[in-house]
Amino acid sequence: MSLAAVPKIRRMPDLGQVSLVDEVGVIERVARFQTRSIKNESKTEALKMILSMIDLTTLEGQDTPGKVRQLCQKAIHLHDAMPGLPHVAAVCVYPTMVSVAKKALGENKINVASVATAFPSGMAPRQIKLEETRIAVEDGADEIDMVISRGAFLQGEYSFVFDEIAAIKEACGKAHLKVILETGELGTLDRVRRASVLAMHAGADFIKTSTGKIQPAATLPVTLVMLQAIRDFYYETGRMVGMKPAGGISSAKVAVHYLVMLRETLGNAWMTPVWYRFGASSLANDVLMQLRKQATGVYQSLEYFSKD
Amino acid sequence: MAGSGTRVPVIKTYKIYIDGKFPRTESGRSIALEDSDNAVIANVCRGSRKDFRNAVVAARKAFDPWSDTSAYLRGQILYRIAEMLEGRREQFVAELTLQGVSRRMAKKEVDASIDRLIYYAGWSDKYQQIFSAVNPVSSSHFNFSVLEPTGVVSILAPNESSLLGLVSNVAPVIVGGNTCVVLASEKSPLCAVSFAEVLHASDVPGGVVNILTGYREELTGQFASHMDVNAIVYCDGGSDVAKSVQEKAAENIKRVISRVDEDWSVDAAQSPYLIKQTQETKTTWHPIGS
Repeated sequence: MSLAAVPKIRRMPDLGQVSLVDEVGVIERVARFQTRSIKNESKTEALKMILSMIDLTTLEGQDTPGKVRQLCQKAIHLHDAMPGLPHVAAVCVYPTMVSVAKKALGENKINVASVATAFPSGMAPRQIKLEETRIAVEDGADEIDMVISRGAFLQGEYSFVFDEIAAIKEACGKAHLKVILETGELGTLDRVRRASVLAMHAGADFIKTSTGKIQPAATLPVTLVMLQAIRDFYYETGRMVGMKPAGGISSAKVAVHYLVMLRETLGNAWMTPVWYRFGASSLANDVLMQLRKQATGVYQSLEYFSKD
Repeated sequence: MAGSGTRVPVIKTYKIYIDGKFPRTESGRSIALEDSDNAVIANVCRGSRKDFRNAVVAARKAFDPWSDTSAYLRGQILYRIAEMLEGRREQFVAELTLQGVSRRMAKKEVDASIDRLIYYAGWSDKYQQIFSAVNPVSSSHFNFSVLEPTGVVSILAPNESSLLGLVSNVAPVIVGGNTCVVLASEKSPLCAVSFAEVLHASDVPGGVVNILTGYREELTGQFASHMDVNAIVYCDGGSDVAKSVQEKAAENIKRVISRVDEDWSVDAAQSPYLIKQTQETKTTWHPIGS
């Protein structure tokens, strides 16, 4: 039995050892990613890859089964006028909509992701968060997107947050766990880095920037810091962790910048929907419009694409 | 003053106008504009298709709020443009003469441009009554037709008559609630950029009028083919241009409006029918008791 196969006891990392983030360096590095010229075939391939990485999301209080079914149809039939397009990675909904989404997606190989743990604030007692997670998984969620307790984290109660993530991970069973740091509420890149390390050590399969309910949501600098944390965690433990920037990424152009950053920080191994996702609602149509533009040479209109 | 020598004049940078801002072209290119003696009089942006794309996004975003404003308010805003233009008459006359128009003709053109704005400002809350109708039908319906703006209009402004021609084409489009992207005269683009500054100071919301400078050759195809543009107005070119524009516009059945060889200086060049050309007729069948 190899070492990696032995179930590890999760240990709280010493956050005092987490290296500090050079904010100016991060911003300069991020500016570089935006100067890369991705054109023609490379652009087409990048756009298709982005589509395959999208978690098509609806997280509104006004969501109805009808709305979720519509979203699932969009996930299956992105734009049938263009054959050969990949499908999105997952549909992301509230726990009450998991069974609806699961049924609507049927045999299609599109995952159902459910937010849980009193999304988006995370302000609920632990047993309720655990119960919510279990119900979502029982209803068929393949992935759980949890939020961390930012209040506790900011107070320095790191072991509380660590234990919580570890407990949710256990409740997930076979479902993958994405841990939302809500970086817009963490304030500094140093805290983003620390929260990333904490989440990964506690068992996160993915770390995710934001709920999309707080501004700023995903930004390139925040995502770079998280990618670097993933890289260092991989060197340290040999375990790959996925990354999901979410919220505010609505243009294909920006999404390509994110891909460039991924490629130049973590390399090819992460460039798959297994290890990288975009949490977005309006990104898919913009990517489709760009793909159509690549194919026809003509700038497109949203009028000709189904609503998402 | 520090030095005692002659003052170095500050030369104006002519930039493009997109979404209520004055960016440089994203392509970083420029055109050196020369007078008849081949002396450089100004540098203007050589707009690219991406500038056009950005302008259409801005125009689309501005369309809903602009078409929702009351006709009365749109009229006031057009009147305001005329007021601001009036205050800057000398600048426009100077720019026109710099580009080879005689001073007498330049004055005439600026005055006519101001008057044309007033003309369309006046029509803002009147064209709807003229063109709407209650239609007699044989069933139990109250049947009526009203005009609605078509959407985003791309305008290839006339090469000659660089100010009056531009104003004469933009005014009827925006007074009807449309938004537009304009390609300025290739030969004499300076007044178009200064006119953008006038628009900017006239309560016209950002994105309602977007003005690019650049080459016809490069941009006409994009103006005609963009799927998010609902109508195209063109004012120059022979049958080859007309054919190319019409073919490209057919892709999303744009309205194609040809105003080739129009003399913009005469009163006959202004008409409520120009407003109607970028309007759609909506007919409603409203059931009523017999």
